[in-house]
Amino acid sequence: MNDIVVTSRIRLARNLSDVPFTIKMNDYDASNVIDRVRDVILKNKQYHFDFFEIKKLPLIKRQVLIEKHLISPALASSKIKSAVAIDQNENISIMINEEDHLRIQVLYRGQEIQKAWEDANRIDDFLEQHLPYAYDETWGYLTSCPTNVGTGLRASFMLHLPALTLLGYMKGIIDTITKLGIAVRGFYGEGSEAAGNLYQISNQITLGQPEEDIIANVVSITNQIIEQEQQARLRLLSENRAFVEDKVYRAYGILKYARNISSNEALKLISDVRMGISMGIIKETTIDKLDVLLNLIQPAIIQDYFGREMTPEERDIKRAELIRKILE
Amino acid sequence: MLCENCGKRPATVHYTQIINGVKTEMHLCEVCAKQKGSIEFDAPFSVTNFLAGILEPAFGTQVLKPSFEVALTCKGCGMTFDEFRRAGRFGCAMCYSSFSEKLYPIFRRIHGNTKHVGKIPTKMGEDIAIKREIDRLKIELNVAIKNEEYEKAARIRDKIRELEKKLSRE
Ligand SMILES: [Zn+2]
Ligand SMILES: [Zn+2]
Repeated sequence: MNDIVVTSRIRLARNLSDVPFTIKMNDYDASNVIDRVRDVILKNKQYHFDFFEIKKLPLIKRQVLIEKHLISPALASSKIKSAVAIDQNENISIMINEEDHLRIQVLYRGQEIQKAWEDANRIDDFLEQHLPYAYDETWGYLTSCPTNVGTGLRASFMLHLPALTLLGYMKGIIDTITKLGIAVRGFYGEGSEAAGNLYQISNQITLGQPEEDIIANVVSITNQIIEQEQQARLRLLSENRAFVEDKVYRAYGILKYARNISSNEALKLISDVRMGISMGIIKETTIDKLDVLLNLIQPAIIQDYFGREMTPEERDIKRAELIRKILE
Repeated sequence: MLCENCGKRPATVHYTQIINGVKTEMHLCEVCAKQKGSIEFDAPFSVTNFLAGILEPAFGTQVLKPSFEVALTCKGCGMTFDEFRRAGRFGCAMCYSSFSEKLYPIFRRIHGNTKHVGKIPTKMGEDIAIKREIDRLKIELNVAIKNEEYEKAARIRDKIRELEKKLSRE
């Protein structure tokens, strides 16, 4: 049941040694970093990157990139000049002038943390050949925030944990893994709640452990959570089968026939149906289709999909239409 | 009284400054006083200078100590340690060496560690290897000189120069 891991993500924080960090940057510094990084990125023959200056992007386009997890809300609303390079497959993004000069991020669907790490590491090696990194023999990669110093690495998984949430186990689990140096966040990262029973878990410690150990630690804790979720699902099935069947089929019914649906409601229902498919209750559709929907239902992506701006009311109608089409 | 600076116009601005407990008086014309700079002109009796002048001889180090704390400033970006503590963000790469001593407890609290054991950038890795090689050769050079093996010493010296050149090119 690998579908409990929705996405795997690696992020590396890097800075240049010869430019002030973003908190102390002026316009000249910001442009300087962007120009130099752009020149280097365009030299890379292995990946094809598209380059965007954030301030030149329309607000809706920025929101699309946030919803696709390609940029952070902080980058989108940055006061200083910022940019992003995105590879053609939309797995890799290099944010420029976010909290750090560089944030290399690789995101894959499913349990692909190793692959994500290899990509991030390779891009890091490439950038380092052409840019003077801020690095110290004792403290490793020097970052803007002391919580990222050392490896600058954040390894994270987006986990779908509906059964543990339904049975009320999540608070206990979060308390425990927080003590093990693992952070838990909602769908959109810091500060957001776990909408759709999606939880993002990641390492907190970045100094004093090699990258491989940090990743292995997050993987090991993730595997334990997966096991608990699987047991919780089995328990739900054996003790409350009728309740679960009713819940997931109702969700499927609404998704399939609704004419007007908000992104929040859709997210909750998709979560239920996703669990239903995984448990073998719903056979009419697939996890893949639901994961496509997970992205498409979001407010900006849906407008991007239809190629025009829409009012919230219009979006809710179009969203229902799109869900029906995909579930057909 | 004529202006002390130009000696032409009458001195109308009487300026008093206390530096290190020594009181200096200046008598300037309006033109020269303005040229002296608005900061000095606007605050002829600077409170901090005044206090420092009074307190310094009496309390000596006690006064110096807090002013040293205030002076913990990054040479790279001008960020003070206090500013860092408030923002929770460093201003530049040099902040790390500027605040070095104060960072150990902070890192220990956040990470439980104070030493990076992960990735070494390739280019930097070469540099580190070269630096170590230079250190090793310098010891060898001293031994050679002590043993009066001057030809060998010259060879080692050339090697060190070559490596140092390689380092500075990076
Ligand atoms: Zn004068
Ligand atoms: Zn600094």
